[in-house]
Amino acid sequence: MKELTVLALEKAKRLGASYADIRIVDKKQESVRTKNGNVESMGSSRSKGFGVRVLYNGAWGFSSSSMVRPDEVERVAEEAVVIAKASATVKRDRDIVLAPQKPIVARWESKLEIDPFEVKAEDKIKLLLEADRLMRGNKGVRVASGGISALREEKVFASTEGSYIEQVKTETGAGIEATAADKGELQRRSYPTSAGGDFASKGYELVDSQKLLDHAERVSNEAVALLSAKQCPPLTTDLVLDGSQLTLQVHESCGHPIELDRVFGQEAAYAGTSFLTPEKLGSFRYGSLNVSIVADATIPGGLGSFGYDDEGVPAQRTVIIDRGMFRNYLTSRETAQELGQVSNGTARADGWNRIPIIRMTNISLEPGDWTLDEIIKDTKEGVYMLTNKSWSIDDKRLNFQFGVEMAYEIKDGALGSMMKNANYTGITYEFWRSCDAIASKKEWHLWGLPNCGKGEPGQAAHVGHGTAPARFRKVKVGVGKWQ
Amino acid sequence: MAVRKGLLGKEEALKVAEKVLSMSPGELTEVSVRGGVSNLTRFSDNYIHQNVSESGQGVTVKVIFGKKIGTASTNSLDGDSIKETVDTAARIAQLQKPNDEFNGIPGPATYHDVKTFFDSTFDFSPMDRAKAVKVVVDAATAKGFKAAGAYTSAANEVCLANSLGLRAYHASTTGNLRTVVMSGTGSGYGDASAMDVAQICPHGVATTAVEKCEMNQNPVSIPAGEYEVVMEPHAVAEMVGYLVRAGFSAQAVSEGRSFLVGKLGQKLFAGMFSVWDDGLDPRGFPMPFDMEGVPKQKVVLVENGVAKELLYDFRTARKEGKQPTGHGGFGGWGPMAANMFMAPGQATMEDLIKNTRRGILITRFHYTNMAHPMRVLVTGMTRDGTFLIEDGKITKPVKNLRFTESALRVFGIVDDATKEAVRAGRAVVPAIHVPAFSFTGVTEF
Repeated sequence: MKELTVLALEKAKRLGASYADIRIVDKKQESVRTKNGNVESMGSSRSKGFGVRVLYNGAWGFSSSSMVRPDEVERVAEEAVVIAKASATVKRDRDIVLAPQKPIVARWESKLEIDPFEVKAEDKIKLLLEADRLMRGNKGVRVASGGISALREEKVFASTEGSYIEQVKTETGAGIEATAADKGELQRRSYPTSAGGDFASKGYELVDSQKLLDHAERVSNEAVALLSAKQCPPLTTDLVLDGSQLTLQVHESCGHPIELDRVFGQEAAYAGTSFLTPEKLGSFRYGSLNVSIVADATIPGGLGSFGYDDEGVPAQRTVIIDRGMFRNYLTSRETAQELGQVSNGTARADGWNRIPIIRMTNISLEPGDWTLDEIIKDTKEGVYMLTNKSWSIDDKRLNFQFGVEMAYEIKDGALGSMMKNANYTGITYEFWRSCDAIASKKEWHLWGLPNCGKGEPGQAAHVGHGTAPARFRKVKVGVGKWQ
Repeated sequence: MAVRKGLLGKEEALKVAEKVLSMSPGELTEVSVRGGVSNLTRFSDNYIHQNVSESGQGVTVKVIFGKKIGTASTNSLDGDSIKETVDTAARIAQLQKPNDEFNGIPGPATYHDVKTFFDSTFDFSPMDRAKAVKVVVDAATAKGFKAAGAYTSAANEVCLANSLGLRAYHASTTGNLRTVVMSGTGSGYGDASAMDVAQICPHGVATTAVEKCEMNQNPVSIPAGEYEVVMEPHAVAEMVGYLVRAGFSAQAVSEGRSFLVGKLGQKLFAGMFSVWDDGLDPRGFPMPFDMEGVPKQKVVLVENGVAKELLYDFRTARKEGKQPTGHGGFGGWGPMAANMFMAPGQATMEDLIKNTRRGILITRFHYTNMAHPMRVLVTGMTRDGTFLIEDGKITKPVKNLRFTESALRVFGIVDDATKEAVRAGRAVVPAIHVPAFSFTGVTEF
C-alpha cells in the first residue's frame, strides 16, 4: 500500500499540486434480511478502490478508481490535477488554503468482542426468523421484517505533508419491524428503533445485547393496537420525547446546521444552508440552560467514532452548545481556516470514490438529572412520543416536522391513551429553548444511524447521537388533516 | 458503441458474465455486471469548490439452489475476485433456508433498441463543465447574486445474464446542470437534464434561476392555511412520485399497504388526471429492460382519473399469475416506476396564474417525506421561489411554507394543467393548478 500512496503523491507533486492526499479503502459488508417467515436476502459485498485529492493553483481536483494498481494510481493522480486545473478557471478572489495539521503516522482499530463476520449465518437467520415468527403471532401483522448487518472498512490515508494513517473499523447493526394494516389504516412499530435498527462500532455483542426476541411480541402488539388507537389531536401542548425520536431531532436540528461547509453555502443547491451564520458563533442562544450538545468522535463503540478523519486530523471532543449557547461548528481543514481556526476533525468520505466533507461524528445531547418517570409525573398535560417515523426540515434548518410511530397522551402526571399518527412541528431554536427537563445518564443511550445523506454525489455517513428522554414546553402537535 | 475508457463495453461485459455463469455451481444463476464513469463539478459562492470523477466496475452474482438464494458482489473483476464472489454466493445459498416466495428467474427476451448513449456527454471534459459553470456564475455575479449548483456528466452500463439464457446489455449517458442563485434575501432555481449534454443550455438554466431570484427578493410572511396553488413541474413531479410509489406497486397492494387495495378500476382522481410509466419513452430517461432483464412496458396507472394498472416485478407477477411489466430489480422494495409521465392539459403557465384568485405559486419543494403511506400524506417545505397570486397576478414573494397534504387529494381535485410537460427528476409533467392545498407552517425566510 505504501508504494501505491507514494506513487500517487509523487505524481501529483511532479504535476504541480501544492497538496495531495490519497485514500485506499477496502470495504466488506454482510447482511441478512428476513420478511414474513422467509430470508428475503442474504448477501456479501466488497468494494475496493482509491481516491486522490489535489490542490493545484488554489483549487480542488479529485479522481478515483476501483482498479488498485500502480498504472491506474498514476493515471488517477494525473486526472485529479487536470480536474483541479479546470476548477481553477472559476475561482474566488482567494486560493483554497488548509488549516495547519501536523503529519501523523499511526494505526487505529475499533474495538469489538465478537467478530460479526465470524458469527455463523445460520445463527443470524435463526434469530431473525424466530423474531419474525413471534411478530406474526399477532394475526393483524401484515409484514414482519428484520435485519442484521456487519461492515468492516480498512483504510489507508497518506498526504504530501507526511501523514500515513491506517484504520480498521467494524460496525454491526440489527433491528426488527412489524407493520399492521387494516381498513385504510397502516401502522408500524420497530425495535430498537426505526430505519433498520440500532448500529454501533462494535461486534456481534451489540446484537446479543439488543435481545430482539424479548421485544418481538410487544412490537407486533403495539403495531396492531395502533390501528384502532385514538388519532393524535391538533394541540399546543407539552411534549415528551423518547431517546430514539430525540436522536432524529438532534440530527436534523443540531447536527446539520453546525456543519461549517453548509454554513458557507457549499450544500446550498442540494441539502441547503444553515441559519447558524458565523456572527452567531459564541453569542447565539440555541437552547435553554438545560441544553448542552457535544460532538465526540472518541466515544468507544460510537457509530460516529474513528481514530482520524479523512484529512488525517485526530478524532476530537468539541462542545457545540454549552448550556444553551452556541459555541462551535463542525469543521474541516478548509472551512476552519476561513474562521482562523484549526480543524476539529470531522471531514469524512463515504468510501474510496468520494471526497471528504464535513460529517457529524457522535453529536449528543448531554444528560440531565431527571428520570422519564419523573418527567411524566411532572407533566400536567401533554403528549409522549416514541420512535421516529418521518422527518422534514427547511433548507436553513429552522422549521421542522417529525412524525413518530407511537404516542401516549399525558394527563395529570400519568400516561393515558395510546395515540396514532402523532407528529409535532416547530422552529429549531424556539424548540430547544423550551427544553426544561432531560433524563439522566441512566436513560442515556448512544444511538447509531448508518444513513445520514449529504453531498453530491451522494454520501451516506455513519453517525451517532446520544440522547435521553426530554421535555419541551408548548409544542404544536397533531399537524395535518387526518379525518 | 465503441469501447470507452472506464466502461467495459458489451463484448467484455458479456465475457465477464459468461465467466461467472460458468463458475457457478447453482441450479440457477443470475449475474449483473456494471461499469461507469461519473464526473461532477460543484460550485457555491460563485466558485468551483468541488470537482470529482470516479470510474468503477462491479459484479453481483445470485446463486440459487432450489429455493435457497445467496448473493455476493465485488468491484474487482480479476479472476480470483470473481471466483471468490461466486463461491461466497454459493456458500451463502447453501446456508439459507428455502424462500417460499421464490418462484424462478426470467428467461431470454428481446429488447427494443433505445438510443441513450451520446458521445457528447461521454467526452464532456472538466474544462467543458467549468465553462458551463462560469456561464451560470457570471450571470449571477452580474446581478450581485451568488450561484451554487452542480454539473454532472456520467456514463453507465449494465449487463444482465442468467443461466436460463437471458442476455441483456445497455449503456447510457446523462447530464444535469442545476443551480440555486441567491441574494441575502431570496433565491431562485434553474436546471436542465438530458442524455445528450448538447441539449443542456447553461444560459437558459442561469436565466431561469437569476430571474426567479430577482422576483423572490424580501419575501413577506403569510399565515399558513388552505390556498389555491399553482405548482411548477418539479413540485408536481414530487407529488406524482409519492402517489405512484405508495400506491401502484403490486407488492404494496398484496401486502395491504397501498391505498389501492380493493380500488383498482375505480375513479379515484380528477378526470383530467392521467399518469403512466413508459420505460422506452425518450422524453424521460429510457432503458430497454429492468434490473431483472425483463423488457420495459408502458403501464397506464391512472387514465382519466381511473386507477387502471399496477407495476409488477418478476416475483409479484408470477405470484399473481400476471406478466412482469419491467419494473423489477429493487429487491425488497418491490416494483417501482422509473420513467413517469403525467398527461398535459391545454393551458399556459400564464393561464394558470390568471385563473387563480388568491393562491400560492410553488417553484419546488424541499425535504419532503411521507407522513402516512395509505393516505399518501406528504410533508415538506417550499423553496427557491414561493409567490402570492392575487386576482390573477403574482403580487409578491412570500416566505417559505410547510405543507402537510395528501397526494390523493391533490390529484383528486387538480383542475388545470399546462399543455407543456417537462422533465423534472424521473418524471415528465406539466405545471398544474390545484384549488385547495394545506400549508401547515411558516419559516423565517
